[in-house]
Amino acid sequence: MKSEKQKKTKYGASALLLVPMYLTALVLVLGPLLYMVYLSLMSRGEVWGFINDVTLDNYVQLMEPLYLNTFFASLKLALLSTALIILLGYPFGYFMARLSSDWKRRMMLLIMLPFWTSSLIRLYGWIIVFRSNGTLDQLLMFLGVTDSPLRLLYTYPAVVVGMIYALLPFMILAVYSSAEKMDWRLVDAARDLGASRLKAFTSITLPLTMPGLLSGIILTFIPSMGLFFIADILGGNKIVLVGSMIQDLMTRGRNLPLEAAMAVVLMAMTSALLWLYRKISRTSKLEGLV
Amino acid sequence: MSEYILKLENITKSFDDLTVLKHISLEVEKGEFITFLGPSGCGKTTTLRIISGLLEPDSGSVILHGQDVTALPPEKRNVNTVFQSYALFPHMTVEANVGYGLKLKKVPKAEISKRVSEILELVQLAGFEKRMPDELSGGQQQRVAIARALANGPEVLLLDEPLGALDLQLRRQMQLELKRLQKKLGITFIYITHDQEEAINMSDRIVVMDKGIFQQVGTPDEVYNHPKNEFVARFVGNANIIPMEDGTSLAIRTENILLDVPGGIPAVVMEKSFAGGLMRIMLRTAEGTEVVATRHGIDYAAEVGQMLTFGWEPQNAVAVEKE
Repeated sequence: MKSEKQKKTKYGASALLLVPMYLTALVLVLGPLLYMVYLSLMSRGEVWGFINDVTLDNYVQLMEPLYLNTFFASLKLALLSTALIILLGYPFGYFMARLSSDWKRRMMLLIMLPFWTSSLIRLYGWIIVFRSNGTLDQLLMFLGVTDSPLRLLYTYPAVVVGMIYALLPFMILAVYSSAEKMDWRLVDAARDLGASRLKAFTSITLPLTMPGLLSGIILTFIPSMGLFFIADILGGNKIVLVGSMIQDLMTRGRNLPLEAAMAVVLMAMTSALLWLYRKISRTSKLEGLV
Repeated sequence: MSEYILKLENITKSFDDLTVLKHISLEVEKGEFITFLGPSGCGKTTTLRIISGLLEPDSGSVILHGQDVTALPPEKRNVNTVFQSYALFPHMTVEANVGYGLKLKKVPKAEISKRVSEILELVQLAGFEKRMPDELSGGQQQRVAIARALANGPEVLLLDEPLGALDLQLRRQMQLELKRLQKKLGITFIYITHDQEEAINMSDRIVVMDKGIFQQVGTPDEVYNHPKNEFVARFVGNANIIPMEDGTSLAIRTENILLDVPGGIPAVVMEKSFAGGLMRIMLRTAEGTEVVATRHGIDYAAEVGQMLTFGWEPQNAVAVEKE
């Protein structure tokens, strides 16, 4: 009885300690979010800002082909990038989990190394690689694969490569942390019961590393909808994505309510994805991140 | 009954510089219950993994039912394993675990579920089909692991210390059940343990292993009463090894050491302890040989530090080879 009482008071005290954290979260996270939703329901101000006049016009306007197409183009790029990141990142994370602990540490360092430099600067590095007669062209021509520059910069493939480059580590780490926890004796058991290598992988390893794969998808798909600077830098202004459009509406279009509506839709999509993840993996924990 | 279901021929296996198995050979009869007994690191699990196909030997061959299966992957061998840690698939129900092998064999669904419930009944887990492994106790998980390995109808069942994680009482009960199951199904069991009591209780034959070598292969009576060498005498019979003047050794079990024998070997009492109804008296001779004697009850009056003499009846001493 005594211990129960103690527990109670202990719990009460620690709950009190959490109050500042909740207050901060409330003010800094929930506040701006609500403000954005509110903003999206307002009318556009003549020069700047908004007029306090509740309307759904902004959402209706998003149905126009211009905006709708941008959404679909973003979705397509995000899906394509995510698919390629899965193909590259899953095997990487999987095999990394099977290395000796020494090699695991070395690989981890290699993966983390790029994060010590600003992502924007690293992205400019890609310009040097991709530009006409750049590193890649020179290499390909030197090897005799091509005889003239490919002019890869400001093309769709360049943007996809940029996306993969920026987001691949998140997939690798998510899959790795899931595969790390895998009990490989289960694969032995599957083989022993008659499963081929492939069958053992699809029926045992894949389902058991699914939480990592799913959280990797979340961690790559969601940002790839919004990483407008990659499309801007490596795609010129030919490829317009939701992210760039939001930025554009805000700075040049000076249409704050429409911009907010777009952000709300993007956020709703993200939340839907997270909800789906929780449904499938029965956990709210994102593998590899938290 | 001289049909050999399994033959190991001159098998050798090393990991890096460490030789784990040194030229081991064995013939196992159909329906035999054979136990590999040895301390951890003696190579018994490696032998099991070579039989199941999860490991390939460096040299030698595995013959299963007259066919050389050395190069075959595990899924192509009619052998199944009960793993030490059970290795139940955590994302599958008991039914899916037990039916896993049958599903791979493309057995129709209705038949799988019929076979699964039959086997679950056999291991006394009827009605547990829809449970997940983490909802079961250790003993129940153990039964599921046995059921899963039996579901494919293997010719040889390999059991890698299957009762190691269970408490003593449950372990005794499971020993009896496993023995009963093996008799009923007539399957060859190859059983691994480091517990000599378990080996003696259950086996038709015991393979005593140490340092990658079969030290002795024989019936429980043979390895217990007629140990071939010092290691077997010590590991299986808990025997004292007493070196003789002519360079040979005698193995004498603790209960056969006589105390206060006129004209016996003088020794000093080093230690006295009482456990499991037995008084254990440790002696040391002037040459430094340590000898343990056991007595029933606690009424033997000898104090630590006291000098006494000990001896044995000649019929209780077995001459053993050095290792």
